[in-house]
Amino acid sequence: MPLALNEEQRMLRDTARDFLQNDAPVNLMRQLRNDANEKGFSEELWHKMIEMGWPAVAIPEQFGGLGFGFIGAGAILQEAGKTLANSPFFNTVALGAAAIIHGGNEDQQQSLLPKIAEGELTLALAHEESNHHQSHGIQCQAFIDGKQLTINGNKKFVAEGANADLLIVSLRTAEPSNQNDGITLALIDPSTDGIKINNVNMIDSRNYAHIDFSNVTVSTESIIGERHNSQRLLDKTLDHGRICLAAEMLGGAQAMLDKTVEYLKDREQFGRKIGAFQALQHRAANMFAELEIAKSAVIHALAAIDENQDLAVVASSAKTLANDCYRLITDEAVQMHGGIGLTDEMDIGFYLKRCRVSIQSLGDSGFHKNRFAIINKF
Amino acid sequence: MTDLSKFKQETSEWLEANCPASMRKPQSRNEGVFGGKKFNFPSDDAKLWFDLMVEKGWTAPQWAKEYGGAGLSSDEAKILNKEMDRLSCRKPLIGHGLWMLGPALLEYGTEEQKREHLPKIARGEIRWCQGYSEPGSGSDLASLRCKAEDKGDHYLLNGQKSWTSDGDKADWIFCLVRTNDEGRKQEGITFLLFDMETPGITVRPVPLITGESHFCDTFLDNVKVPKDQVVGEVGKGWSVAKALLVHERTMMADIEKNMPKPKYSVDDYAKNYLSMDENGRLQDGLIRDRLAQHMMRDEAIKLTQKRAFEEGMAGDFDMRVATIFKYIGTEEKTNKDTLITDILGMAGAGWDKENFSSDEQTKTHEWMSNKALTIAGGSSEVQLNVISKRALGLPEI
Repeated sequence: MPLALNEEQRMLRDTARDFLQNDAPVNLMRQLRNDANEKGFSEELWHKMIEMGWPAVAIPEQFGGLGFGFIGAGAILQEAGKTLANSPFFNTVALGAAAIIHGGNEDQQQSLLPKIAEGELTLALAHEESNHHQSHGIQCQAFIDGKQLTINGNKKFVAEGANADLLIVSLRTAEPSNQNDGITLALIDPSTDGIKINNVNMIDSRNYAHIDFSNVTVSTESIIGERHNSQRLLDKTLDHGRICLAAEMLGGAQAMLDKTVEYLKDREQFGRKIGAFQALQHRAANMFAELEIAKSAVIHALAAIDENQDLAVVASSAKTLANDCYRLITDEAVQMHGGIGLTDEMDIGFYLKRCRVSIQSLGDSGFHKNRFAIINKF
Repeated sequence: MTDLSKFKQETSEWLEANCPASMRKPQSRNEGVFGGKKFNFPSDDAKLWFDLMVEKGWTAPQWAKEYGGAGLSSDEAKILNKEMDRLSCRKPLIGHGLWMLGPALLEYGTEEQKREHLPKIARGEIRWCQGYSEPGSGSDLASLRCKAEDKGDHYLLNGQKSWTSDGDKADWIFCLVRTNDEGRKQEGITFLLFDMETPGITVRPVPLITGESHFCDTFLDNVKVPKDQVVGEVGKGWSVAKALLVHERTMMADIEKNMPKPKYSVDDYAKNYLSMDENGRLQDGLIRDRLAQHMMRDEAIKLTQKRAFEEGMAGDFDMRVATIFKYIGTEEKTNKDTLITDILGMAGAGWDKENFSSDEQTKTHEWMSNKALTIAGGSSEVQLNVISKRALGLPEI
């Protein structure tokens, strides 16, 4: 599998870098936070992204996409991570489109994927039910009666939950047996009767919602993938999300490393630049090394998506390495900046906060190392 | 057929016909052929294979024929190398002479020096050792103090060299000495060659924590070295030494290639030596976590090497990344050795040969001997200095 970007992908990356540095600097995020913007992203920025065709990058060409694959989407997300630029891109493409590409029937693909590519449809995955990421053990229940699905239960911390046009909801529809795993995914309009959406404010100032389902009835046509047997589709969808989120996290880590190194070259104490102190040099050098190996794991995992390989091991490795290096680098960024690193005026706090939410989203390192161990039978 | 494809076919046929079957298996730690006056071949096949290859000039295939080589072009040498890899042929001869001094002489030596020393290296007649480090000069090698006094037609050497690998088995030494105390410390260093039989040299093997003694302390007490045994210019030995370091890395990679593939992976050890719970998971949660972490990181490091290569080919490589490999690779390797011995428990701390399997002994030995990896060839701390300066552009301390 390729680990270097091809020429087209490099052009996409460079364009994304220039655009985001100019049109979506960290100050844009700061403004949204200051305004207590409930959406947590700028509509204007999203429209510019749509004009540039970004929602289409990872959509296959037969559905109106650009066919850059997830390496392309990952390159954009890395650049977005550098400036903390938020938009519906991640949840719509990395989770929503992934579920439809791998689980949707022909009608669903024909009707939904072109809309995603055009930027006319945004999606969110309503999956978590507790404070910790879980891929199994879903409680939110649905009964299938003829052509009708009746849903009762609660979903928590749904990213973009109050913004998305449609929700993909993970549901328990049957007891697991030899023939099925009891899981069904359904595409649901959030304005359906019986759905209550409550915004949850999180430290990263993005949109999250707790969503309650009370006797919500929808047609069985809303089901994506196999009925009663979609745990694998769910895992695959989550793996797309984990890998793409890891890409965004690398960008954040890179920005914090660069900013910290710049500060070490600028700040003087005891009559010299603090970057001349070996105690700080070695820690900064280690941060650089950790980030570079995490990058390789993430690019490898993005390539695995595009080459249709098994994703479980590479996704868990990529998310673990991204989690650990983003935490290391943001913690060290604060420490090396000293007191000023804790002021709201500096951007460092935004990265620190985004890092914490990203680590908890779609699996922390404990979750992924446990999963990796189970797959490798130890 | 082109000349190269003809060469490939002939080479392949010759190797098939002449390389003994036992020389086409991975070799153990004690089976390397170093040559030299005191050398005992590990087997008859090793001797036979060595003799045949010396005859062809293929111990040093790219050296000119008058220097004991075969005068192959770099394309031909690549083909030979590839064919030997493909057929898993062992290197007929290895060592400091072939991989380090030889290339340095080709670059810096006089014609007389080349004619004198290169053929003896290629034919495995003389085994060389390296005299660089001193008790007071390890990471800061350029501070070396071994003194060479100008006595007209010769130098008079006094001082001590440390970590002379196989100094007790070598016939000659290439050595860094100080010919000038003034100016920049790098500038008064000279690169000298001399016979280990020269009066005034005492070699004492240093027992290591593994119980082996590959390295020696070498004491120089009024040792006379003729002036025509200087390589390169007087006072410019540091450049010669730096050029040699590049060759040292090639040598390490070649040796690695001939090592047997490990019989078990790290997780095999965990499965074989530790208890599982009723769900088939390791009962020791901490080992389980360390194991997963190590396997992920080990793979990520390999992927980074591959990525560097591919990005290089695509013209999209950030050269700064090259500075991390020695540091992160050796740190992860020693981490792995510690993890394996932890998994083995008491079986990873055995000393005798009766109560422990040969594999257990090897793992215990590696845990000790690989501690050198993060020290030799630029310690991890020196590597971190290099990353700070060259990759991050941080100021001098």
